Amino acid sequence: MKKLFVIIATTFISISSLVAQDKYFTKSGRITFVSKAPLENIDGDHKSVTCVLDTKTGNMQFAVLMKGFEFEKALMQEHFNENYVESHKFPKAEFKGQVVNNSEINYAKDGTYSARVKGTLTMHGETKEVETVGSVVVRSGKLQAVAEFMVLLSDFKIQIPKVVKDNVSNTVKINVDCSLEQLKG
Amino acid sequence: MKKSSFLLAVIFIFSMMKLQAQDDLLSLVGDDKPKKEHVEYAFKSSRVIMSQSLEIIRPGVMDLRILHRFGNINGGAYEFFGLDNATMRMGFDFGLTKNLMIGVGRSTNKKEIDGFIKYRIIHQSKNGGLPFSLLVSAGSSLNTLKFTDSTRKNYFSSRMGYYGQVIIGSKISEGFTLQFMPTIVHRNLVPTVDDPNDMLAVGVGSRLRLSKRISLNVDYYYRINPNETDGTKNPLSVGFDIETGGHVFQLHFTNAVGMNEKVFLTETTNDWSKGDIQFGFNISRSFQIKKKK
Repeated sequence: MKKLFVIIATTFISISSLVAQDKYFTKSGRITFVSKAPLENIDGDHKSVTCVLDTKTGNMQFAVLMKGFEFEKALMQEHFNENYVESHKFPKAEFKGQVVNNSEINYAKDGTYSARVKGTLTMHGETKEVETVGSVVVRSGKLQAVAEFMVLLSDFKIQIPKVVKDNVSNTVKINVDCSLEQLKG
Repeated sequence: MKKSSFLLAVIFIFSMMKLQAQDDLLSLVGDDKPKKEHVEYAFKSSRVIMSQSLEIIRPGVMDLRILHRFGNINGGAYEFFGLDNATMRMGFDFGLTKNLMIGVGRSTNKKEIDGFIKYRIIHQSKNGGLPFSLLVSAGSSLNTLKFTDSTRKNYFSSRMGYYGQVIIGSKISEGFTLQFMPTIVHRNLVPTVDDPNDMLAVGVGSRLRLSKRISLNVDYYYRINPNETDGTKNPLSVGFDIETGGHVFQLHFTNAVGMNEKVFLTETTNDWSKGDIQFGFNISRSFQIKKKK
């Protein structure tokens, strides 16, 4: 009986640790975006992005609190929150997707791997498919996920008034840079 | 045997739970808890219309404020409904820290120079913390007109006036902000014995957001111990804040004379009920003079 219990306990622990080892996460990922318009460039910078990656399935999720974006000018930050993304109504942006070529990435071996990521981005109450090619760097048990992609503000029903059309671009480039650590179950 | 099968069942359930959790990876890291955060943007600018609002301009920002008040609208077509006469105040406000701002200005009315300091003690928060903001503001003004009465000894201190104010209020919803301003105004020299050197007043200021960029504002003071004999009135301003990219325009109607606390609380002779209303506008233009990063 005792033996059986030990066996079961061991299996249980090993199962749970196996599950946990597959997942990597961060709560201090970085996302920046740039809007380039004739009159001015607007840069937003976020340093506390949450990201979880399941290396077994390739599932990947991001969560970003919109209020956390910081800008060079205080007025940009105010307008970003109040007039464009309406962060009081839509506090969070989320990405749910998958590393499509997950099987090509050897998470156990150090190196740089190209990762094709596909999924849906939800922002300002709108959901849109996005797809990009980024990279995963595996280095001594840690992962660094880097990607760059473009979004159109009009896809997310973020309107730019005519008077500021030379200040705010409809095309915004988003950069993702997250260092992921193993999630201990 | 029974016991072991029970244990197996438990393990099975546990592993199922783990499997389920994979659907929502974010919940694994406890990302769904709402965090405590300050409530920002209770007003579009640091003033309701004439009064200090719950807002402190951001650190490193200079706010150039140009205020205009025209003459009385009931002057009729001859006075071009007041537009023939204008007084103005030009002011510079500076955000020093997250909770502290200062400002200086000069008005054409009595050639007054004024300055103030405003500090936020409590910042309204949600998901924990207090549901209101509390600020204090104090300022002084200096009348730089030449002394008219050369028969008496004129002291420099006679030119000075002061005010102190507590601003307490809340951004109750995204669209509605309400604040109260208990205020004391001190004048070193008053015109007559009927005028109190220290006048108490309670103000109320409010904002109703009509759209993303337009709001309706009301700003009013009830004076507790005014001079009953000089015909001065409680100041009331009603208007719209219109935000256009870099500017905030505050277009309004008011009976207030003057554009600092001492003047509009003690020298407002216009009466809304008689149609002594002026059109006025404030322009606020923000400049980031110190970059954030």
